[in-house]
Amino acid sequence: MTIAHRFDYERPDSLSGVVSALARYGGKARVLAGGTDLIGWVREDVLAPEALIDLKALDELNMLHCADGVLQIGALVTFNQLLESDAVRRDFPLVFEMAGRVASNGVRNRATMAGNICSAVPCNDSGPVLLVYEATLQIAGPNGTRDLSALEWFLGPRKTALQSDEVLTGITLKKPAGRHGGCWLKLGRYKGEDLAQASTAILMLENGETRIAFGSVAPVPLRAPAMEALLKGRTADAALIAQAQSMLPELIAPITDVRASREYRLHMVGVMLERGLPAAAERLNGNGPDYGTTLI
Amino acid sequence: MKTHTITFRLNGETCTLDVEANELLLDVLRDKVGVKSPKAGCERGDCGSCTILLEGKSVRSCLILAVEVDEQEITTVEGLSRDGLSPLQQAFLNHSSFQCGFCAPGMVLSVTELLGKNPHPAKEEIQEAIAGNLCRCTGYQPIIDAVLELTKK
Repeated sequence: MTIAHRFDYERPDSLSGVVSALARYGGKARVLAGGTDLIGWVREDVLAPEALIDLKALDELNMLHCADGVLQIGALVTFNQLLESDAVRRDFPLVFEMAGRVASNGVRNRATMAGNICSAVPCNDSGPVLLVYEATLQIAGPNGTRDLSALEWFLGPRKTALQSDEVLTGITLKKPAGRHGGCWLKLGRYKGEDLAQASTAILMLENGETRIAFGSVAPVPLRAPAMEALLKGRTADAALIAQAQSMLPELIAPITDVRASREYRLHMVGVMLERGLPAAAERLNGNGPDYGTTLI
Repeated sequence: MKTHTITFRLNGETCTLDVEANELLLDVLRDKVGVKSPKAGCERGDCGSCTILLEGKSVRSCLILAVEVDEQEITTVEGLSRDGLSPLQQAFLNHSSFQCGFCAPGMVLSVTELLGKNPHPAKEEIQEAIAGNLCRCTGYQPIIDAVLELTKK
């Protein structure tokens, strides 16, 4: 069935062309990359844009590049490109773990990380990982380009700091200084493709810092500074993990929906800490389960 | 809203047609071009029955606008079997891997993509490759068995 809603389609061959097209439609156009969320939403009348502005003629946005510990992810880079990159696997193992658990192979061939955070549904997988790596986002708009920390990106369900006349062009991650280890835990209803019922990203650094972010348990993916302060410089033994778990009701606000109950999500995030913190500590020390091993 | 003229390669042949922006690739392939192997199942990317190979990669044709594939290369099951069944299709046939057949084109294409990258996949790798292709008849076992037997060293 053809999409009932009618809209224009443009595929500019320059970034300035994209920005001017967005301006021309006065905020009523949407940027199209992989389309795995966007096309479904337009089809189901969740969105009714006047135009879709396709980025796919911009080869420079299809760049995945790692040099001097800085990873550049262009807005057209798909999850499968991330999954297949040696540099990602070596230096940003949480991105590798996360990318491998997004939807299914046929969706990962098309879906982009940039699109994932622009969709900004509460259960998006990229968010928690970008929060613990403290990624920088590149944005282009009518007044030029600007950088924004991923920590300032998510404002609410499907709401981001991106203005309607702006386009997210890329994501930059800096490899942590020194040794680092971590894990990405995603709970789904079964081991095939699914949206997260709850997710946790943990990144431990050589300097004793532990960064933690949660997904699917609040309106936006969120870091947990209070828990990070508790864990800083300490070994996550059973007593400390129990203390961290006891903070969860204050830190996260899961809801009951078709995929899980509030109580189940809350409980399972506790289980993720129990399994994830020791695994992250082992990986920091160069052992522990291989990246990509399912911990939950 | 204007009409877009697109040209793409479909199973080795050049296809030129006029589409509007709101036409989905799946519908255009089935209704305008007459290629019926991609199926409309969930029509939201979850079931894999609309799978095609776009530039050699399995994608969901229900989540792609026809206008997006201008100048690209598409393969469907019709293209794989132009000169008879592919070895993979023959293996599926030998194992009675499908009953109703609705998921079959998607399964064939997803595994075809996998075998292009990985000629001897482990069972878990086959499962991962078809995790997004839902079968409601056979329970997957005869599908996986066929691939394992075809690709064993």
